[in-house]
This record gives sequence, structure tokens and C-alpha cells, in this order.
Amino acid sequence: MTAIVKAQTVSMKFKSVDALTDVSLEVAPGEKVALLGHNGAGKTTLFRIMLGFIRPTAGSITIAGHAPGSDAARKIVSYLPEQVAFPKMLTGREVVRFYARLKGAPLDDVQAVLAKVDLVDAADRRVETYSKGMRQRLGLAQALVGKPALLLLDEPTSGLDPLSRQHFYELIADVARQGGSVLLSSHGLSELEARTDRVAILRKGRLVANAPLSDLQHQANLPIRIRVRAAPGAIESVHAEIGGGRLNCASVELFCAPGDKMRLLSKISGLGAQVEDVDVAAPTLDEVYRHFSKIGADEARQGRE
Amino acid sequence: MGGVLTIAATEIRIGLRNRWIILSSLILLAFALILVLLGSAPGGEVKTDAVTVVVASLATLSVYLVPLIALLLSFDAIAGEIDRGTLQLVLASPVSRGAVLLGKFLGHVAVLAIAVSSGYGIAGLVAFFAHGGGDAGALVGVGRLIATSVMLGATFIAIGYIASASVRQTGTAAALAIAIWLFSVVLYDLALLGGLLASQDGVFARDIFPWLLVLNPADAFRLYNMSAIDAAAVGSNLGGGAGSALPLAGLATLLSPLAWAVIALGLSTFILKRIRP
Ligand SMILES: Nc1ncnc2c1ncn2[C@@H]1O[C@H](COP(=O)(O)OP(=O)(O)OP(=O)(O)O)[C@@H](O)[C@H]1O
Ligand SMILES: [Mg+2]
Repeated sequence: MTAIVKAQTVSMKFKSVDALTDVSLEVAPGEKVALLGHNGAGKTTLFRIMLGFIRPTAGSITIAGHAPGSDAARKIVSYLPEQVAFPKMLTGREVVRFYARLKGAPLDDVQAVLAKVDLVDAADRRVETYSKGMRQRLGLAQALVGKPALLLLDEPTSGLDPLSRQHFYELIADVARQGGSVLLSSHGLSELEARTDRVAILRKGRLVANAPLSDLQHQANLPIRIRVRAAPGAIESVHAEIGGGRLNCASVELFCAPGDKMRLLSKISGLGAQVEDVDVAAPTLDEVYRHFSKIGADEARQGRE
Repeated sequence: MGGVLTIAATEIRIGLRNRWIILSSLILLAFALILVLLGSAPGGEVKTDAVTVVVASLATLSVYLVPLIALLLSFDAIAGEIDRGTLQLVLASPVSRGAVLLGKFLGHVAVLAIAVSSGYGIAGLVAFFAHGGGDAGALVGVGRLIATSVMLGATFIAIGYIASASVRQTGTAAALAIAIWLFSVVLYDLALLGGLLASQDGVFARDIFPWLLVLNPADAFRLYNMSAIDAAAVGSNLGGGAGSALPLAGLATLLSPLAWAVIALGLSTFILKRIRP
């Protein structure tokens, strides 16, 4: 099936700011893609282009084959902006019903999405009485209503507690299972908790990575950290055998490439009773993210030279 | 079309729960009742019936309060939604921008109509019965006052949209709305009076002043209502002086607010279509 979002070498220039440079990105039906990047990386700008609010200064983009912002495109897209304040004097149910009507969604959907985001009990209270997380969930309900084929969510998990966040990713998975596509932005890999099919990383408006998370971890080829605690009195001989750096009077720390891990571990286990404990730590998601952000900087520098 | 009605219905809901709108409607009602009680106080010889006197003073009240309520309703319509991020949501949905503005307009005019007709309706009925009934035809005068007040309000709602669509901050839009009100219902008339006093040869008074008077929708509204209830019997401030030299007379006077409303709606739609949320 054809891509629902197809962006080809999209660039966006605001007066002196290059917000996006040559970004090519596709999202297939039923796919969940995370768009990562630092503050000002261009995430919101890309969403605004996909909604047809602004036109890219170069490149082309289509939504299910239609121009962004056209009637056909708007019928299948739902948006959650990074900041939205619904009219305080309306109740949650009135807000969701309003957007359901605008989208031409059946009104039965209203109760269903309110239940999905866990707002049924508060649905008939005015929005001014809602907590921050409840407002965020109301925004999500408004985006989910009408079963859009493409959900564009700008930092949807900011302000959610860990439980709500987990619940949010379950909702997203539901949408994808029913064939909907989701493109959501976030600030870091660790926030994502590996819940999306693919991760795209923007750095200063350039796309520096675009692959499944496991591929990114693989590509980054970051060293694995191994900590070995020696038995009392054995630290000297353990250190002499496997090398690395002394942490304290009992432990040694060493880093190895992912390919070397098993060889090193079998060597450590060969030391027998001299080793009391081994701790192996794969690179964290934050480290992977930092790695790609840095690569982006290097490439950009090369591009300028 | 469904989008227009949805937006109108939501604007009515928000408007009727807006404490500023409620407060200004109550002020309108209070002033109207005060005028009714003053107008129907037993005085000397009363040439016209009480309701007619009351309608004349209510028309003057309308000139000040109705544009104010109208601008209170409209200044936030676009700038406020940009500020709060909800305009992006509305514009991301499959509703045209023209339909968005039309829906807001219908909703705001409906809120204003509710405020004005409850205020003046109650005042009119009180006057009618407090003075032992009287000519039922005078109630037609109340109806005419309500209808033209809603029309005047609709004009200023549309003008408020221009202010709201031209700036991105609610605060700026509010300041702009107050400036519009001050200019059109206070300063404009003062400037005209000054012009009348300053022009010795009478050219201004004869050839320019009548046009300038009709050009302002608020003055046109006052002219129409005064002429409709035979202003001479009651005495009015500005309208009486111009006499028969007015370029437009009777119902035609209302072409001024109508033209303003149409132009303002067109212009604000044009600006809204160029907004990049
Ligand atoms: N209307 C505008 N005029 C000028 N510059 C703009 C405009 N909109 C965005 N920019 C610039 O474009 C760049 C990208 O902004 P964008 O809002 O897309 O970042 P972001 O990735 O969403 O950041 P954040 O995580 O802080 O939300 C920034 O440098 C920003 O200053
Ligand atoms: Mg952003």
C-alpha cells in the first residue's frame, strides 16, 4: 500500500532561520513513527507543513496522495498541538462533541473516546476544573475522535504521569492495529520506551536517523560497559588478566564493542572463583540518542566545508 | 453547512457562560429599567405616550452599550483562539475558513440578540404595564428598537473580527476593540460637533456633515430610530439638527450599518484566510 505521508526533500526557511533542510520521510498505513529532536529542531514546523498551515520553501509533501491542507487531506488527519487550552466554560464532553461534529464523526464516538482516555467521570465537568494531565488527555480524545487515518501528535506525553503515559502508548498501539498511522514527536528516546515502529531524529532541521530502534542501537555500535567485582584479595590478578580501569579496591570497569562481548564474558567466567559478580550494561537509549545527535552535528559541519 | 451550525451553537454556549457578557447584559437591563422608571414618572403634560419616550432614550443607550457588548463578544474570536491553540484544531478539521467565521458570526449575533431582546423586552413590558397599558402600537416601537440594535451589534461584531484577525495576541485585540468603541461612539460625534462649530460658512454643515453622520453605523442607527419615532416630539441631540438635509432617510439609513457589516465580514474572512496558524 502507498505511504500515507510522503515528504520528499522538504525544506523550510523562515527569514534567517533554516527550520528544515532536505527532510525526506515516509509513514505507511498502520505505522507508528516517533519524531525526535532537541528544542527548535523543527518538529512542530514539520507538523504544520503536513497540516497545510505553511507551505515548504522547497520539496514536496503529500498526505495519502493529496496536497496538505486540501479538503481530502483534512478529512483523514487529526492533530494535537503541543499547547492547547480548550474553552474553560465548556465541559469535556462538549469539547469532544464539538470536534466530532466538525470532523463529521458519529456522535457515538464521543462516549467511546472519553472512555478510552479515562475521562468519563469528569466528562460533564467544566474544563477549568481539569488537572494538567486531564487536559492533555482531553486533547488526545479530540484527536482520536472520528478514527483518523493519520494522527499527528506534537509532544503528546508531556505532562503525563508514567501510568498515563503507558496507557497513552496502549491507545496508540490500538490505533495502529486498526490501520491508522501515528506520527508523534518527543524530546528523547528514553521517553518513548521503545513503543514505536520507527524513530526519526531531527537535528537542526536535518534528518539524521530514520530506522527502527533496534537498528539504531545496532548502527550506533556504542560500547558495552562491563563491571567485574573481584573476590577479596583477587583484584590485582583479575585486573592483570582482563585489563580495564580500577573503580575501587574491589571492582574493575571495562568497555567493549558489542561483537567482543561474548569473548570477554567467557574470559571472565574462566577466572572462576576469583570473580564474585559481573554486571553488563547495554548503552541506554539516551546514549544512543546523544550519539545520533552528535553525528548530525559532524555531518552538518562537513556539509558546510 | 454542518460546520457553520456546530460552531455557531458552541459560540452561543460559550457566550452565554461568559461572565463579561452576562455582566454587560445586566447593565443594559438595569439602565433600561432606570430609563423606564424615569420616563414614566408622573410629570407635567405628557405629549407622547410613555413607551415612546422610553424607546427614544433606550435608542441612545443602545448606541453606547450595544457596540460595547458586540466588541466584547468578537475581539477574542480569532486572536484568542490563536493564543490558546484551538484555531489550529479547527483549521485542521475539514471546515473551510469562511465557514468558521460565518459560524462564529451567527453564534455571536444570537448571543447579542438574546441579551438585547431580554433587556429591552423586559423594560418595554414594564413601561407598557406601569403606565396602565396605552397604545399597543408603541410595542412595535420596542420591537423595531430591538431589531435595529441587533443589526447595530452585528455590525460591530463584524468590525471586531477585523481587529481580532489582524493581531496575534488577545491583549492587543482587546485594546484595539476598546479604541474602535471609543472612536465610533464618542470621539467621532465630538469631532463632528467640533466641525460644525468651526465651519463658519456652513459648507461643512450642509454638504459634508450629513454624509459623515450617516457614514458612522452608530449615528445611522440613532438617526433611523429617532426619525421612526418622530424625534421632534421627544427631542434628540445630533439627529434633529441636520433635518431634511440627510442623504439617506428612513429605512435607507440602515444601509450604513448593513454595508459596514458586509464589508467587515468580507475583510475579516480575507485576513483569516491568510493566517498561518
Ligand atoms: N514563524 C516562524 N518564524 C521564524 N522562525 C520560526 C517560525 N516558526 C519556527 N521558527 C524557527 O524554526 C525552528 C524550528 O522550530 P520548531 O517549532 O519546529 O521546533 P521544535 O522542534 O518543535 O522545538 P520544541 O521541541 O521546542 O517544540 C526554530 O529555530 C524556530 O525558532
Ligand atoms: Mg515544537
